Amino acid sequence: MEKPVKSIKDISLEENLLPGTPVCAGCGGLLTLRHCLKALGKKTIIVNAASCFTLLSVYPFTPFKNSWLYTAMACAPAGAQGVRDALDILIRKGRLDPAEDLKVVVLTGDGAAYDMGLSSTSGAIHRNLDFYYICYDNEAYGNTGFQWSGATPFGSRTGTTPAGKISHTGAAIHKKDLFEIWRSQKPPYLATISPAHPVDLASKFKKAEQFKGPKLFIALAPCPPGWGMDPSHTISLAKLAVNTGIWPLKEAVYGDIIHTVVPKKFKPVEEYLKEQGRFSHLFKPERQEETVKKIQEMVDSYWRLSSPSASHR
Amino acid sequence: MPAVNKDSIPGSVQDAYCLFIERGDRVRKEMLTGNAAAAWGVRLAEADYVPSYPITPQTEIIETLARWICDGSMDAKFVTMDSEHSMITAAGAASATGVRVFTATSSQGILYGFEMFYTVAGWRVPLVMVNVSRGLSSPITLEPDHNDILSTRDSGFLQIHCETCQEVLDSILIAYRLAEDERVLLPVIVNMDGFYLSFTREPVEVPDLKDVKTFLPPYRPKHAFFKASQPMAQGVAALGGPLYSYFKYQMHLAGLKALEVYHEISHEFRKTFGRKHGVCEGYMLDDAEYVLVMTNSFSTLGKAAVKRAREKGIKAGLLRLRLLRPFPGVDIATVMKSRKAVAVIDQNISVGKGGILHSEIASCLYNDETNPYMLSFIGGLGGKNISPVEFDFIFDSMIKTAETGKVPPEKLLYTESEWKEVERLKRIAGKG
Repeated sequence: MEKPVKSIKDISLEENLLPGTPVCAGCGGLLTLRHCLKALGKKTIIVNAASCFTLLSVYPFTPFKNSWLYTAMACAPAGAQGVRDALDILIRKGRLDPAEDLKVVVLTGDGAAYDMGLSSTSGAIHRNLDFYYICYDNEAYGNTGFQWSGATPFGSRTGTTPAGKISHTGAAIHKKDLFEIWRSQKPPYLATISPAHPVDLASKFKKAEQFKGPKLFIALAPCPPGWGMDPSHTISLAKLAVNTGIWPLKEAVYGDIIHTVVPKKFKPVEEYLKEQGRFSHLFKPERQEETVKKIQEMVDSYWRLSSPSASHR
Repeated sequence: MPAVNKDSIPGSVQDAYCLFIERGDRVRKEMLTGNAAAAWGVRLAEADYVPSYPITPQTEIIETLARWICDGSMDAKFVTMDSEHSMITAAGAASATGVRVFTATSSQGILYGFEMFYTVAGWRVPLVMVNVSRGLSSPITLEPDHNDILSTRDSGFLQIHCETCQEVLDSILIAYRLAEDERVLLPVIVNMDGFYLSFTREPVEVPDLKDVKTFLPPYRPKHAFFKASQPMAQGVAALGGPLYSYFKYQMHLAGLKALEVYHEISHEFRKTFGRKHGVCEGYMLDDAEYVLVMTNSFSTLGKAAVKRAREKGIKAGLLRLRLLRPFPGVDIATVMKSRKAVAVIDQNISVGKGGILHSEIASCLYNDETNPYMLSFIGGLGGKNISPVEFDFIFDSMIKTAETGKVPPEKLLYTESEWKEVERLKRIAGKG
């Protein structure tokens, strides 16, 4: 990828993630990963935290053309530290040809990224570890069947935040802002990405290449079984997340934020919510006007505060 | 040896070593703490990478290594991680990428990183770790017992337990040989007692690097490692019992094989350095009828007790276990054959069962008809001293058992004055 990525034609034809994996039909995370690996190339090692994607490499098969190391749930960035340091040591001591070097990439779901893995992630950012970090965020513990995580948005129903008589909204608290948690440590590069915006995604990886240090990416990853949506709607729903303003596409270079895709006219969040079974209790049997309004206000307030020029509504 | 920075902190191991080289003579022994001896073992093994995390009483090891790496006398990379969990992960991942790795921890550090002991052992990586034993919370404490190290018993890490500072240094060199042997490929922990060994200076012979290199060649592994031309998947899921059993049992077979490999290495170590470190050590065992079984630094107290008992005409002896994984069951059974009684002093406690080593040793004697009577004692928890009176009591109990054939139930070693002191403190706390 020598050229800048300006259109879909500039995206690499190289495939490093091959078909035939056991993940669910319409998995937004898998599509994201496919695009990420096109951008990263074959000389890559993925250090994985426990998540749905741990089931990509099941003995004796792997769908990757690159290397893979599964660690555990909380510590993939620490595994990345070990691999990166070892490669550096071997190259410095002349025991490994520099042409054998690898890009070190952490791959994690939101459960590890937002919750259990924060200590090791913060440590790796703090030590300025030269690595990529990809979180595919499906907003719940997906591999165990969709339970509440630190990434679950307000109002979402999950296996452990059901909607009922006592608590009718589902998840009662807001999603953590992982982007801002990371940004507080001023890593050289961090970005949000979407499987529905491959050009934006590829250009962000291209831009990140120039930085030595942590390069962090969070993708909002539609999850058909968890979100209660048609697997064929993954792309349209991912687009809707961006067009309603609920998933802002942005990047931060040493902490300075730029929004990379700003919808000309924001759609109401209701359109996004109504598409998904996990929010259906907000509309049936009775419409929860207050809750829907609150979600819309959160989105409006984000855009009002973070980018006044982008507040077109 | 590389030059040593003379601007180092007074009283440090470096100063001791400066004295040694400045004298320029052939005096080879220096007064080193267990922690400093461990650091010397790692330096001589020319470890490439030291991911670390401080914890009392281990910290002196990583501080010493950090200083050597910083002043250029050791060519390695040092990194402080965010936890022991991360530390063991980084150690395993680096080892899987092909460098020689050392790390150290103690007590709560083992428990915090516990998940990763099993995980990296399953990666079959030959890293070496030192554990400086310390009792486990709660109540939180500082002095040693072995519940920390014994918690890793089933993980796939092999274990060598040390009585002296010299043994700590030597065992690290042996540990790398054992771990890196292609028939084994399992990580190894070298254990020493916190305070009693970690902070106690003993005369230690620091071997020449040249000799170490003969015994432990530079790490140039032949099996697969991560590199661009050789993509591979490591640590992958194995779904289904038959496949999982296959990998797990393969580790076990490697662990068992390690016993045979250890004997070879130990023999070679003796040839190179003149010191013998077997799977276990016998003390006055030849004609012994009453045998104490102990591990680690408290064995020194046990040996003194054996000597005193011999003076009184009791045919006493001691068996100190060095290798706990792999477990040298056959060696132990052979030693125990036809003794009148054996007392296992467990410096650990499996709550609701008793001493861990007592059970382990019993399991390898059960099918032998010439079994001795086996008594169980719990002693030295949280570093509690084992006094001569307590050893006398143990020998009395063994003799009585041999005479009557009645084996007493497990006992906690505890003196009357210790009990009185606890009563006094309870009164202060208003619970008297």
